[in-house]
Amino acid sequence: MEHLELFFKSIFIDNMVFATFLGMCSYLAVSKKVTTAVGLGAAVIFVLMVTVPLNWLLDQYILQPGALKWLGAEYAAYDLSFLSFILFIATIATMVQLVEIIVEKFSPSLYNSLGIFLPLIAVNCAILGGSLFMQSREIPTLGLALTYGVGSGIGWFLAILAIAAIREKIRYSNIPAPLRGLGITFIVTGLMAIGFMSFGGMLTGGEEEAKAEDKTAIEKTVEEKKIEEATKEVKEEVAVNTKEIK
Amino acid sequence: MGLLSKKDAALITDPFADNNPITIQVLGICSALAITAELKASIVMAVSVLFVMGVGNVVISLMRNIIPSKIRIIAQLIVVATLVIIVDLVLKAVAYDLSKTLGAFIGLIITNCIIMGRFEAFALANGPWRSFLDGIGNAVGYGVILILVGFFRELLGSGTLLGFKVLGDPIEKTGLYALGYENNGFMLLAPMALIVVGIIIWIQRSRNEALIEEN
Repeated sequence: MEHLELFFKSIFIDNMVFATFLGMCSYLAVSKKVTTAVGLGAAVIFVLMVTVPLNWLLDQYILQPGALKWLGAEYAAYDLSFLSFILFIATIATMVQLVEIIVEKFSPSLYNSLGIFLPLIAVNCAILGGSLFMQSREIPTLGLALTYGVGSGIGWFLAILAIAAIREKIRYSNIPAPLRGLGITFIVTGLMAIGFMSFGGMLTGGEEEAKAEDKTAIEKTVEEKKIEEATKEVKEEVAVNTKEIK
Repeated sequence: MGLLSKKDAALITDPFADNNPITIQVLGICSALAITAELKASIVMAVSVLFVMGVGNVVISLMRNIIPSKIRIIAQLIVVATLVIIVDLVLKAVAYDLSKTLGAFIGLIITNCIIMGRFEAFALANGPWRSFLDGIGNAVGYGVILILVGFFRELLGSGTLLGFKVLGDPIEKTGLYALGYENNGFMLLAPMALIVVGIIIWIQRSRNEALIEEN
């Protein structure tokens, strides 16, 4: 159940593209045709599936405060979390290089169709973002990390597939000239993101707010602001009412 | 001869408008969208990228003759990651609340494609001084868009700029609020960042017809 919940959550609610804007560069650059979009999307799913659990292990046994306990009691006080950027990106770059070699060896045709996009995955922020969010959301087990990696990969795949299909159709529309290409893609993505926001109530049935700790920092600050404003309004009403009573 | 020759000056001015990293080269979009709900966060992000780009470009340019081309991506990533760790630690020490707001996005400067793009396209082929100018120019072009988007989103979304109330007080109904103006909370939500950038692109391309795309 836990796995299923995290899986759907990472696909729809925390969608990499529409909720956190990760991997936008390749999302915009490689979404002109559905076929290339599918190739890149599949590669992203695969790399996320491998790197998120790997980085989870690194985080758990090397980086976290006290993670070095397995080396001996005298290492328990070390906190290497400042090294996480460098270790995560090294894992990702190595994995991407490995994937490239394996794909080239076993499926030259797929390798040729992906071509330049494979090494580009190393600098796709969705991949590093997957590992960083895995760390900041403190995903508890290796299995859940795997679910999270696959789920967010599928979410990214869905997003690029959808925009590629829309862009293939949009070519026949009469768009104002300055908005053609990049401009309209941005705006369509924005509208899709508004649509995806409605998935927010999926797991809670829309009756209660999603749990506060599941939200990203930015969403939290927005929420806090709203609450602040709401409390101010209430206070103001109370003040007015008391004045009237007086 | 002045400090900057004409060719060098173009390195700074080009990315500012006609070759802007975000609106023309389509690089570094992720962070431009994600952290622009507040002007302050946008400015901090722009300054961080300015530092990483300026220093990183110089370092890569100095090392360009000794990096084997096969492992250059890993070498570049290590340089960027080191600089980003410095930025991250400084932010945590100086402005802890802000670094919490920016969260994972400081770490994501590592995969900001503007930086990798400029390393690949410029620093690997040019001397340190010119690379430095190129880095600064592109980072400023990036920062301008960030600050523009942050400005409009904070102004229209919560009626403040850098936390100061500029449109009057929504509770006391002063300033614009007396005339019936309401904050558009929608601007604070993530999708509006995309639409604001889309509009910036629209304006830019209708002012300069040469930039219009086929489709």
